[in-house]
Amino acid sequence: MKFAVIVFPGSNCDIDMYHAIKDELGEEVEYVWHTETDLSQFDGVLIPGGFSYGDYLRCGAMANQSNIMAEVKKAAAAGKPVLGVCNGFQILTEAGLLPGALLRNRDLKFMCRTVQLKVENNNTLFTNHYEEGQVINIPIAHGEGNYYCDEETLAKLQANNQIVFTYSGDNPNGSLEDIAGIVNEQGNVLGMMPHPERAVDELVGGADGLELFKSIVKQWRENHVNN
Amino acid sequence: MSTTNFEPTAEQIKEQKLYTQMGMPDEEFAMVEGILGRLPNWTETGLFSVMWSEHCSYKNSKPVLRKFPTTGPQVLQGPGEGAGIVDIGDDQAVVFKMESHNHPSAIEPYQGAATGVGGILRDVFSMGARPIAMLNSLRFGELKTARGKYLFEEVVAGIAGYGNCIGVPTVGGEIQFDPCYEGNPLVNAMCVGLIDHKDIQKGVAAGIGNTVMYVGAKTGRDGIHGATFSSEELSEDSEESRSAVQVGDPFMEKLLLEACLEVVKSDALVGIQDMGAAGLTSSSAEMASKAGTGVEMNLDLIPQRETGMSAYEMMLSESQERMLLVVKAGREEDIKTIFEKYDLDAVAVGRVTDDKQLRLIHNGVVVADVPADALAEEAPVYHKPSAEPAYFAEFQAIENAEPVIEGFKDTLSALLQAPTIASKEWVYDQYDHQVRTSTVVAPGSDAAVIRVRGTNKGLAMTTDCNSRYIYLDPETGGKIAVAEAARNIVCSGAEPLAITDCLNFGNPEKPEIFWQIEKSADGIAAACTALSAPVIGGNVSLYNERSGEAVYPTPTIGMVGLITDLAHTTTQEVKAAGDVVYAIGETTTEFGGSELQKLLNNGKISGKAPAIDLDVEVARQKAILEAIRAGFVQSAHDVSEGGVAVALAEKTFSAKDLGIDVTLAGSAVTALFSESQSRFILTVKEENAAAFEKIVTDAAKIGVVTADALVKISGDQGMLIEGTVEEFRSSWKGAIPCLLKSEA
Repeated sequence: MKFAVIVFPGSNCDIDMYHAIKDELGEEVEYVWHTETDLSQFDGVLIPGGFSYGDYLRCGAMANQSNIMAEVKKAAAAGKPVLGVCNGFQILTEAGLLPGALLRNRDLKFMCRTVQLKVENNNTLFTNHYEEGQVINIPIAHGEGNYYCDEETLAKLQANNQIVFTYSGDNPNGSLEDIAGIVNEQGNVLGMMPHPERAVDELVGGADGLELFKSIVKQWRENHVNN
Repeated sequence: MSTTNFEPTAEQIKEQKLYTQMGMPDEEFAMVEGILGRLPNWTETGLFSVMWSEHCSYKNSKPVLRKFPTTGPQVLQGPGEGAGIVDIGDDQAVVFKMESHNHPSAIEPYQGAATGVGGILRDVFSMGARPIAMLNSLRFGELKTARGKYLFEEVVAGIAGYGNCIGVPTVGGEIQFDPCYEGNPLVNAMCVGLIDHKDIQKGVAAGIGNTVMYVGAKTGRDGIHGATFSSEELSEDSEESRSAVQVGDPFMEKLLLEACLEVVKSDALVGIQDMGAAGLTSSSAEMASKAGTGVEMNLDLIPQRETGMSAYEMMLSESQERMLLVVKAGREEDIKTIFEKYDLDAVAVGRVTDDKQLRLIHNGVVVADVPADALAEEAPVYHKPSAEPAYFAEFQAIENAEPVIEGFKDTLSALLQAPTIASKEWVYDQYDHQVRTSTVVAPGSDAAVIRVRGTNKGLAMTTDCNSRYIYLDPETGGKIAVAEAARNIVCSGAEPLAITDCLNFGNPEKPEIFWQIEKSADGIAAACTALSAPVIGGNVSLYNERSGEAVYPTPTIGMVGLITDLAHTTTQEVKAAGDVVYAIGETTTEFGGSELQKLLNNGKISGKAPAIDLDVEVARQKAILEAIRAGFVQSAHDVSEGGVAVALAEKTFSAKDLGIDVTLAGSAVTALFSESQSRFILTVKEENAAAFEKIVTDAAKIGVVTADALVKISGDQGMLIEGTVEEFRSSWKGAIPCLLKSEA
């Protein structure tokens, strides 16, 4: 399986995403600069964290204007797995690929720590390696990760089982309903504030995040065997 | 020679002594006149004043800096370039440096701290290295005033804002609080980078006819005379110097970083240097001087953010996120292509000449023509008078005595709440310390550890300086600062490689201050020699005074060590019930400059600094490292502020449901709280105890790790302190947030 790691000016978790795939997952991966206009050769798209365009405008708003985003939308429409982490999640909401928005943290401060996440829905292509209700340890590092959406959207998210991860125990940033990660209606686009790519090696930050990437590969292999 | 209309003429500069406004004394102006054989014009006077400021020339500190050992088999680059470089094997090297941003942070704490981070990052990546970690050594007042809290919160926010955005993890450092820093906080930022030997760059303008290129952000009027501002005492009027504080743009720096690391792979590049203090002036003059060449630049070509800038303003601007490059003639397009990818300016602005002059052209006329060496190398060197302050003899005459205290447990709780000892989680929670996914030991242990991806090696890093000891006895205190940094490195399983230092002192024109500088340098030099950890770079920050009151002498030490096998990585917290607790090192009654003395005397300190024997220190560190490498050590922690009681409590705070039960010999107050040096607390699995004792022969068994999450410390006469880990931990963790919330 071949992944693209999209790199915007100011992305800074691109290297972590790249090494998670290459060194720990053992799949193919390439960096794709934001001016590129073709993602057709890739099977999955990863939008890493960081501060695209410095986050000087609303987080993710500038990145959404890049050439590559039309291709990301095409990949999403084609049913390819698209994962946005942290700034990547913010970009996906700006692109309209996921509903809602990320506001400033409740305490108005950047926070970097490992938190507990509850797997609310393990029936997605991103979570099939986890048990439903499983609690996993994943690092967060963000200043604007306070998920918000209107009541109607929340009702839809709940009805469609689109809330994939919630903060278990302490809600660090004030997110609505403790939401840490959501998928789109089709289930092939996941946005999450916590960093699974930082939790792929026991030596640094634990390995609970690796199962998420393994899930993507498992689903892809099954689809391609069936095809 | 020409001057623009609104600038004073050369004659006016001399007659009206206008050079004094730029911080230049009469005798230096006379020297400049002698060097040029004529009067300097306004721009030239500016060039000399800034290059001959203490900040750029080290004119007051050079004789002191010569005391430091700067060589060793591991040193690839000592002081003199952007940052020092040390070999770590496998054709890789570690690049690091620490630098102060004290004065800007005192005036505008967010931007002052942020641009401090930006500047030290550029020093490292201008060498061709990828920055892999940042540390910070900070000093503030006691968090009791609204202004003090504001400075603390904004400095932390500035460091976080810049470091998080650029994506380099902030993994460690230390913070101390003392009333002497109330008006003049210290903000020292350290950056550690990684490089392959073949990629090492230097700031040289070599090759006559080669092209000088300007890359990065545009030049504005910010930070003009920042270096001069840093070389004066702060006063009530300093608030008006706000325009001398630069504004940082971490996003721009991220682009510059990536572009520069691409450029260093190109054989078109000859030399590269950061435009730091004194901006275009220092980078061009130093690059020419180091190469024995000259540089001619056309200032009309400099990318400018504002209109109508004069040559003087452009040359003295300290706008951030800029670099000066020298590239092979004819290869300019190769460089431009790389910078264009990041939407950055890369403009040919001049060429390398053979006449050793720095020549500047503006609006078609030569506006400055001065010898590059004169700017970069020929600043006068002052041997300032030195005098032992009266307090030193007084303090030395005081016999060591044990303070009288009531309630050992309450005293331990009070010490754990002293902000210098208390948990710094409130701070490092705001720093992204995990980005780049290589942080093996995060903030909170003795030293941070970063893995070297693709190898089994790690780098341990720390900053240290107990300025109270240095104030009491600069030479002894200087030794302790280096030794303590090395203890932290060794406790993490690493061997010390080298240090960088940031020498923060008061006004060197006061003989008592200069004495502190000299003596502490003697101490640092002796400890570096003993520990085989040479000084590979650093910075000097003098004039740290507010309204005539100097800070304590604070020569901060930044040390990096090598972990040869990541399996040796060791942390401070206890690991398993049943493990044996060892104390290593002799405890005597030493309370001069201690946290306990400060606590009991309303912040005042007196007496002798704790004694240190460097031979004992070195032998002990070697033995402990050997035991760690043999796999016998479960946890290791040095004994520092607050003594053994604090060290023992700290060892339980990040352990899961474990406690500690020990018995200490000797007089209780001394055993618990003395700050005698060269001491460690280690834990060892019972089955390894005998083998461990053969290596660390002076280790004394003092107790065991328990499964009951209690801290129990007994003395000769029975129980001294007993409490739950949770109660001590909550005092320690809650102290700083609580101070920040309390009414000023």
